[in-house]
Amino acid sequence: MIDKNIDQLKRLKLRKNAEMRLKVYGILSISLALIMLATLMISIGLSGYSALQQAYVKLEINVDSKKVLDEKGGFSNQKALLVNWDGIVSNSFITNFPEITKRSEKRSLRALMSSNAGYELRQYFQKNPDDLDENITIWLSASDDFDQYMKGRFNTSVDEKDRRLSNQQLKWIDFLAMEKISKLKFNTSFFVNADSREPESAGILGAVVGSTLTLTITILFALPLAVMASVYLEYFAKPGRLTDFIEVNINNLAAIPSIVFGLLGLSVFLGFFGLPRSAPLVGGLCLGLMTIPTIIIASRASIRAVPPSIKDAALALGASRMQAALHHVLPLAAPGILTGTIIGMAQALGETAPLLMIGMVAFIIETPDSFTSAATAMPVQIFMWSDSAERAFYERSSLAILFLVGFLIIMNSLAVFLRRKFEKKW
Amino acid sequence: MIKTIKLVFSIFSICIFSIFSISSLNAREGNQISIVGSSTVFPFATIVAERFAKNTNFKAPVIESTGSGGGLKLFCAGIGLEHPDVTNASRAIKSSEKETCEKNGITPVEYLIGYDGITFSNSNAVKQLSLTKEDIFNAVSAKVYKNGDMIDNPYNKWSDINSSLPAVEIDVLAPPPSSGTRDAFVELVMHSVCKKKYEMDKKTYKANCSALREDGAVTEVGENDNLIIEKLADNSSRFGIFGYSFLDQNRDRVQGSIVDGVGPSMDTIADGSYKVSRPLFFYVKKEHIGVVPGIQEYADYFMSLAVEGSPLEAAGLIPN
Repeated sequence: MIDKNIDQLKRLKLRKNAEMRLKVYGILSISLALIMLATLMISIGLSGYSALQQAYVKLEINVDSKKVLDEKGGFSNQKALLVNWDGIVSNSFITNFPEITKRSEKRSLRALMSSNAGYELRQYFQKNPDDLDENITIWLSASDDFDQYMKGRFNTSVDEKDRRLSNQQLKWIDFLAMEKISKLKFNTSFFVNADSREPESAGILGAVVGSTLTLTITILFALPLAVMASVYLEYFAKPGRLTDFIEVNINNLAAIPSIVFGLLGLSVFLGFFGLPRSAPLVGGLCLGLMTIPTIIIASRASIRAVPPSIKDAALALGASRMQAALHHVLPLAAPGILTGTIIGMAQALGETAPLLMIGMVAFIIETPDSFTSAATAMPVQIFMWSDSAERAFYERSSLAILFLVGFLIIMNSLAVFLRRKFEKKW
Repeated sequence: MIKTIKLVFSIFSICIFSIFSISSLNAREGNQISIVGSSTVFPFATIVAERFAKNTNFKAPVIESTGSGGGLKLFCAGIGLEHPDVTNASRAIKSSEKETCEKNGITPVEYLIGYDGITFSNSNAVKQLSLTKEDIFNAVSAKVYKNGDMIDNPYNKWSDINSSLPAVEIDVLAPPPSSGTRDAFVELVMHSVCKKKYEMDKKTYKANCSALREDGAVTEVGENDNLIIEKLADNSSRFGIFGYSFLDQNRDRVQGSIVDGVGPSMDTIADGSYKVSRPLFFYVKKEHIGVVPGIQEYADYFMSLAVEGSPLEAAGLIPN
């Protein structure tokens, strides 16, 4: 009797140990995943945070109003195009170094200013024509190499001839920084500009707007279609071979590589309907097709999770099938459908492959303003920056990644929040 | 809730309706120039496009990087606003592509913008190598020439090829076959060795000297040249094949090997003494000039920037 008891205790202990081990394995695998995620985010964060700042140079400038105003006193674009804004910027910049007279030196000095500084100046006066004819102080972008050096991301240990900045140029930058003529300031252009070839004026706004436009089309196209499809499949379709066949195909569709939807978009939307290339409209439709199966699967699951008694009660009281579905079941299934939709949208937000085929992987300088104007999307922007030769794009693509991840976190937590808030327990 | 659902459904039908009504409109909005083509010319074309947009009243062109072959295919597909107006190419148009173009009623106007060198580079932590085209061929080709025969590449170390080279494993990162850089490398290095050194005829060298080895010594990497630079900086015995503009931007980390006695630089590529270089072009669709505003102006603007001392030169283009 006692022997048997000891034996049982031993086995109990063994079982408890096994359970303990399983728990430890679980904790280990979760922490491993978390560590990897943290390493990834920290390394991206460390290389990206510096893009929040940008080197600017303080210049004193006076522009004659006769050069840019038309007879009525308004800002004339036509006249402004003829003004040598770059010249105004570099003349003002060079006055910081009165001792420099040689042409070659002036040339390497000019290279420290952004090649877009002249354009920035023109834009400033376009917005503030009252400042014409006055001595104003304005902060304009420095070149990307200047910027990288100020941030300590410029490798000065290599031979002078292998560097993009000469010793003389570095000395000038040090002087400007010491005199507080140049400073690292908040990088507004990153948030208000679209893409540019110059890292110092490249921004994420164009891509954010492009993504928003695209996702708007996606949700308008995919959500109603998917909900209608799942209501039909759950309420009206007779169980049978055909329904099974449709179900298998929907599941298949959810697993198809996304590039295929791009090819489909290319031949159907561009080829057959003749919709414009590079437009968010087409991108949204392609991503919509990609998202539909995800939403259908989620919607069917949540419609099925509504207890059949509710539908039965509605039908018993004389409601039609449509009334039962629209008035009773769908509202109860809405949180689940919404969650599925948001997850599908998050997936669509991070997608680049279908966009490649329909021309949204492109260099676009202007922020899109309609569903048919040329646009790009956030992951595409990251891809294009990481492919650029200029070193300063490295930190900008990291910052853009943080941005994109931020959006994804917001969308996914919204999904969790909505589910928590509206979910009914039966 | 029911109202919301009805609202969503009506918005949906409006959407579908508007999609179909838009499809009857023009295929392109805003009169933007549409440009496709080579990923090598892409960085230069984007610089031109940005300056063009900021310094004129024309809208900014939209530029896609599709590769030279893909670009010409789209370009020659037809006339009309759904087809691109300009294509960039890192090689001249092929006669077959020209035929397609002509069949569709398109006259491509060629503009030569300059040259690009292809470099065989490694980390600058080690000594710069001096190679011949034949050394490079022996290192990367799937088949090599030995005693009058083409045999599978037997070399594992650089010193196996040429005893004056270091005794390190051959490890080369090459661009994928879709890339114009790869086409040019095969033509300028591999075909040239087979043609000139081994005196093969065109058919033989095309068949025998076009494939890169697949036994692990050569790794194909995507079109991302930055990634190649990253990997070269990590491992000093590794070599990479990429365009001169990337070498120029990353001189603090990588160096180009000397090929046949000449190292890659602006001067040697421009005067033709560095042999691994190729011309860069863009083609304009003559039929679209005047239909899409600004095409001729864009072409002229591009040519005005493709000169010495221009921002394109600073980005690594070697002007004509």
